[in-house]
Amino acid sequence: MIRIGVDVGGTNTDAVVMDGAKVLAGVKAVTTPDVMSGVVAALKSVLAASGLEPDAIDVVMIGTTHFTNAVVQRRDLAPTAAVRLGLPATASLPPMVDWPDDLKSAIGGHAFLAHGGHEFDGREISPLDESELLGIAANIRAKGIRSVAIASVFSPVNTECEAKAGEILARALPGVHITLSSDIGRIGLLERENAAIMNACLRDLAKLVVDAFRAALDACGVRGRFYLTQNDGTLMDAAYAERFPVLTFASGPTNSIRGAAFLSGVAEAIVVDIGGTTTDVGALHKGFPRPATVAVEVGGVRTNFRMPDVFSFGLGGGSLVVDGPGGVTVGPTSVGYKLISEALVFGGSTLTTTDVIVAAGQAFLGDHKKVAHLDAGLIARTQARIADMLETAVERSRLSAEPLPVIVVGGGSILVKGKIGGLEVIKPHHFAVANAVGAAIAQVSGEIDRVYSLAAMSRTDAIHDAEEKARAIAVAAGARADSIEVVDVEDVPLAYLPGNATRVHVKVVGDLHVA
Amino acid sequence: MSPRGYRLGESDLLPLSLGAALFGTGGGGNPYIGMLRLRELLRKGAEVEVLPLEAVGDDDYVGSVGGIGAPVVGIEKIKQGQECLRALRGVEEAAGVRVSALISAEIGGSNSIEPVLTAAYAGLPVLDGDGMGRAFPEVQMSTFFIYGHDPSPSAIADDKGNVVVFKTVVDMYWLERFARHIAVDMGAGAGFATTPMLGSYVKKVAVPGTLTQALEVGRTILDARAKRQNVVERILEKTGATLFFTGKVADVRRELRGGFAMGGARLKGLGGHAGSEARIAIQNENLVLFVDGEPAVVVPDLIMNLELETGEPITTEMLRYGQQLAVIGIPAHDLMKTPAALKVVGPKAFGYPDIEFVPLQSSIPPSRRRARHA
Repeated sequence: MIRIGVDVGGTNTDAVVMDGAKVLAGVKAVTTPDVMSGVVAALKSVLAASGLEPDAIDVVMIGTTHFTNAVVQRRDLAPTAAVRLGLPATASLPPMVDWPDDLKSAIGGHAFLAHGGHEFDGREISPLDESELLGIAANIRAKGIRSVAIASVFSPVNTECEAKAGEILARALPGVHITLSSDIGRIGLLERENAAIMNACLRDLAKLVVDAFRAALDACGVRGRFYLTQNDGTLMDAAYAERFPVLTFASGPTNSIRGAAFLSGVAEAIVVDIGGTTTDVGALHKGFPRPATVAVEVGGVRTNFRMPDVFSFGLGGGSLVVDGPGGVTVGPTSVGYKLISEALVFGGSTLTTTDVIVAAGQAFLGDHKKVAHLDAGLIARTQARIADMLETAVERSRLSAEPLPVIVVGGGSILVKGKIGGLEVIKPHHFAVANAVGAAIAQVSGEIDRVYSLAAMSRTDAIHDAEEKARAIAVAAGARADSIEVVDVEDVPLAYLPGNATRVHVKVVGDLHVA
Repeated sequence: MSPRGYRLGESDLLPLSLGAALFGTGGGGNPYIGMLRLRELLRKGAEVEVLPLEAVGDDDYVGSVGGIGAPVVGIEKIKQGQECLRALRGVEEAAGVRVSALISAEIGGSNSIEPVLTAAYAGLPVLDGDGMGRAFPEVQMSTFFIYGHDPSPSAIADDKGNVVVFKTVVDMYWLERFARHIAVDMGAGAGFATTPMLGSYVKKVAVPGTLTQALEVGRTILDARAKRQNVVERILEKTGATLFFTGKVADVRRELRGGFAMGGARLKGLGGHAGSEARIAIQNENLVLFVDGEPAVVVPDLIMNLELETGEPITTEMLRYGQQLAVIGIPAHDLMKTPAALKVVGPKAFGYPDIEFVPLQSSIPPSRRRARHA
């Protein structure tokens, strides 16, 4: 199977061509404001480097930080209406109550509370009120809002209210995008609702971005199937991604950690991904990123996605170096993608970490004569500061005194010299494009979340049944049956339900099957 | 009432919710939702004064309210808001008195914030103390009832406006039984108020200073994180807790029996505890910590799980395979360890007839402990 993995970051767009487990070629290109031309440039150059024709490509996997960045930077977000069903319950905390003010105002802060929703045992909290919803629809229409998120109390247990309200609003507001919270999240109303609202405000952008990716592939003559990577390191097809852009959140760090594992052949390690502006540090366990155990915030908003536990800080190849009275400061400001024009070694006038590393003779790029004047003391102090920042971050991700290796990947890897905090450093081949490799090796998942009555079967049987169903979903989504592994099993008893009801969540992943 | 207290501000909310999660000893529900609700009220202009126990007059009445239901319901079916206030008004009417202040029955978990919310709605102060110094699964497990407060009348209220008053209940066990039953009918999440207590009684039996203690340990956690210090060590230092185990969760079992989340977690030792195994028995809260088969910390002493790296208090619902935890223990307040209290909250009361309660010693020397409380 010949596949292309692409990772669209804020600074660089990386691409690799892989034949099975072998990396045939890897390139870096600059991310362009229109995204598409950067992807086209990366695809053309990686195809050329691999010597393959575009029609030899079976499948393309794209990881993108576009949607995360849009939320973090509060740009390209559509005005969105959040409609919650649950009155009189939940009135104490309206939708978006825990959002940062700037993000809330970026999407208009339109929150509506309506009757509906279920109790834990399936009874209605209050009947869905069609005329109330039509009133909300009129308000939404008057404000010109074209994206709606609907969250109903206990919708993961009973989707009926959300589905009905969705139909009512869709009829009243033709052409408006509707996101149902039960399609995205788990129990936990605020977090699930938050994810649904973020998804809704990204729907217009998702159409643009997915179309741009499609156009980029067409422009290069690549006709293989096309997938986007999700935050758990698995794939979703383009049509699905267009409807659920929020599921791409944090796929960047996931891809770089998975890529680092693949390239190094190491399954237990700390992964340090140094880019142009930031460094992400995460732990690799059994070849997968260790997930965060606490609620993960995206752009200041709580979600209950399973995201990798990644610590980010402002150190990269473009980080500004400032020598002040209190010592050397490195980052968090960075010249980012302007490195190739603004750094001293490239004829610019800004002192960056790359300049210091070149002056120290640790890397060879640009014109080293342009940094020959740098003071030896400053170079030494900057290197010490960088080593110190890396050591602190790695220590933070270590969970024991066990001497794990540190895998260093990303374009900014030149900043690393020798060991980090006494730990062995691995810089795998193709380290600069590890995230694109992570996208290329992304797998297919199957997930099941349902309530079983343990009066009729044992806990083991219930979990086994859920596993079988999850496997079937993964196979239907394109996984090779013999490659499927169970990655997550969770069973939570539902309080007070008759017959010892328990909610079972099972997730399996497998390799993409390409005939 | 004499005012020598302090007013709760928005910046107190995060530390208070962290401290309340810690003193929840694994249960009590997540205080995050309560914290957000309080923030909304404060932003709308509500004010809440925290007063020391001594501030309440002997003849004043003190109300105690709390949420009743299943924690998982609490994060999904968020409260209408005034459930507890309606229950309080119901019980005041039935008892023919008005309360001058509120107090938490338990400082641990979401119920630490519920009386503060009711105080904000009612424009009343909240007292610095509680009836447990931690969290427990049942209403009768507070010092208020252990030392003989009459549970009649009590009241329960839902999101829809229903208020049920229990005019006469012969004892706490009947009240607990009726209240649980109605709570389920009310959607497994309701507001609950017990009979107002006299100030003189509250001053005698409440565990003092626990609201401030939760607030301060929360501030310690945030300060340690900001300074990139070892959060677990800072918590040990601040609370006088002892580290009993460091390990990785190898299995979590949960089942529902009689309306309680029963279960256990098995931990495989890490670092200094490598080669050892620990087991935590759970009934909503952490009940007994066994290290290599031997009981190391026993209820009512406090057993808390902290995420090793961040010091985040991990509740029993958050326990997951693979988590790395520090398990710490803190001695319960003396009021929770009298023979009368142990009958209700000792290991035998929780179905461990073979385990003797051996009280933990504080790791803070008595001299420093006195100085701290002075």
